[in-house]
Amino acid sequence: MTDAIRIRIVADQIEQLFQSLIKRDYAIFGPTVRDGAIIYDRIEDTSDLPRGVTDRQEAGKYSLASRPDQALFGYAIGPHSWKKYFHPARVKLFGASTDNGVFRILQEPTPPRQPTALLGVRACELAAIAIQDKVLLDGPYADEIYRDRRKEAFLIAMQCTESADTCFCSSMGTGPAVPVVAADITLTEIADNGNHWFLAEAGTPRGGEVLLELEHQPAGEADCLQVSTAVAAAGLQQKRRLDTTGLREALQDSFDHPHWDEVAKRCLDCANCTMVCPTCFCTDIEDVSDVSGDHAERWRRWDSCFTTSFSYIHGGSVRSSPKARYRQWITHKLSSWVDQFGTSGCVGCGRCITWCPAGIDITEEAQAIRGTVNHGNT
Amino acid sequence: MVPSPWVVRQVSKETPDTFTLVLDPPGGARAKFTPGQFSMLWVGGVGELPISISGDPARPESLTYTVRSVGPATQSLVSRQAGQTVGVRGPYGIGWPIEAATGRDIIVAAGGIGLAPLRPVIYHVLANRADYGRLTILYGARNPRDILFRKELAVWAKQPDTQLLSTVDYGGVAWRGHVGVVTTLFKRLRLQPAKTTAMICGPEIMMRIVARDLIARGVSGEDVYLSMERNMKCAVGLCGHCQWGPHFVCKDGPVFPFSRIASLLDRHEL
Ligand code: SF4
Ligand code: SF4
Ligand code: FES
Repeated sequence: MTDAIRIRIVADQIEQLFQSLIKRDYAIFGPTVRDGAIIYDRIEDTSDLPRGVTDRQEAGKYSLASRPDQALFGYAIGPHSWKKYFHPARVKLFGASTDNGVFRILQEPTPPRQPTALLGVRACELAAIAIQDKVLLDGPYADEIYRDRRKEAFLIAMQCTESADTCFCSSMGTGPAVPVVAADITLTEIADNGNHWFLAEAGTPRGGEVLLELEHQPAGEADCLQVSTAVAAAGLQQKRRLDTTGLREALQDSFDHPHWDEVAKRCLDCANCTMVCPTCFCTDIEDVSDVSGDHAERWRRWDSCFTTSFSYIHGGSVRSSPKARYRQWITHKLSSWVDQFGTSGCVGCGRCITWCPAGIDITEEAQAIRGTVNHGNT
Repeated sequence: MVPSPWVVRQVSKETPDTFTLVLDPPGGARAKFTPGQFSMLWVGGVGELPISISGDPARPESLTYTVRSVGPATQSLVSRQAGQTVGVRGPYGIGWPIEAATGRDIIVAAGGIGLAPLRPVIYHVLANRADYGRLTILYGARNPRDILFRKELAVWAKQPDTQLLSTVDYGGVAWRGHVGVVTTLFKRLRLQPAKTTAMICGPEIMMRIVARDLIARGVSGEDVYLSMERNMKCAVGLCGHCQWGPHFVCKDGPVFPFSRIASLLDRHEL
């Protein structure tokens, strides 16, 4: 092991990071303001970043506000997650042509994909990526679409120094601090009274190479201490938490809990929670064909366990009631996910809370079930 | 996720709504499978369906599928002509425990189209007769014209150490056989519970009742196997559709030992 590369970069010089990545032919994706939200999109330079903007989040509510400082990453997370780059919302699987009832798969040249660099990945989002890696790569069959997009991606993490009111990563053990080796580069932004800088740490050799190209000063003890204090403060600030002790068993034992009916009354079945969730991976297949039927295509797109078609088998849906669908969602996230993949399916990002039009809060619902289930001494 | 083009050798009608397709793999490849496995069959522009393999595991030059035509996708699948293609992915899933059941009595209990995924077990047991004890086939169909593989059933009934018990839900005037649900056949069953492995496929309610009944008669829950059905899109554990509690029916099943799923079977809308 070489010595960890840990440097201090003046905020004005962060532009060089873009240049260094572009020189290596990366397409950079990161946060930018669009239609009243901070989303992830292709970005070219620092002017695309949400400078001086923050987000305010509450159950069912999201808004942007300006900050007193010039922070470039002074928000928590928005409606997008990085899964859209690795696990696209809609993607063509293949096309086929048919001649006299005999089909042939069309060999369509795939244009070479430019390697991607993701800038501003939060700790909870890195945890979500690690979970999707498990789900989509580690089983008996790997998802090739995910693998191709995931394998080259250059990850630049951004530790949080402020939490949104919907965040609960701290109680899920996924943030706000980023484990050093979790990304190629981990940044922390400090935007103090006119003293605006980043701490940058390399998690991989290629991350180190990029960092050493940037104008920098060595990071001192005091810098590191200031950063770790600021990150820890973000954790302490969190208003929500989820007590996961015994939660898996509690949900397993709560199939007939009366609370499911309560949630079902409020749930609008809109599937927003599954769309914004950075770990939800479910997909459906669309068959497309031309009028003659001679050209057919199959597309894959995100699906949600909140739709009735999701569980359809001849004659009806297995989960025909909204209650059964909500129960599937939360039970999968917090309980059967552990059975399937050895980890919770929730990283505590709070997106499903913010983007639920009915303001349903996974931490409250889980607690309502958990707190009232009679479940021995787990 | 890309199917390969298998060539339809033959489509034959089994009952008014059920058809058997024999498909040849491209390029004369061999097609191995374990009884109880399924493939995803695709017809361009219409859709893809999980269909159990119903043929003989000892004849890998082609794969045989038995399909009930109930919707547009199954309809277009069974209307394929010889020489045309069907897209095939698979075989997938965990099948029946034919290895583990060596030396034991076998009960095959099927309801309706559920006989299709069990037929490979019957072929296998009869072809390796000395490796297994008594074979009992319990079969229930809705009514006499829905009885699948009728000629073969008659042949199987005459095999050594083999008992066929069949029944229909509604008999009609010409029916001489038994009427009633499958479990009503149990009184005629010669059962050595500790030596028996049971493989059950049919509607969930039927499987539940048969499994419980066998267990009540002393068969261990670990020796009773059920083949589950759920919505499947990918068949490889990636699309999430087939989830059933902690299980992915496509890759952890479709065949499960009763002891592993007993608590899930009663959960309506799980
Ligand atoms: S369940 Fe909600 S809080 Fe948990 S990871 Fe998904 S969106 Fe985030
Ligand atoms: S919660 Fe629902 S949509 Fe999300 S991964 Fe689980 S089954 Fe799929
Ligand atoms: S069918 Fe897709 S996960 Fe089982």
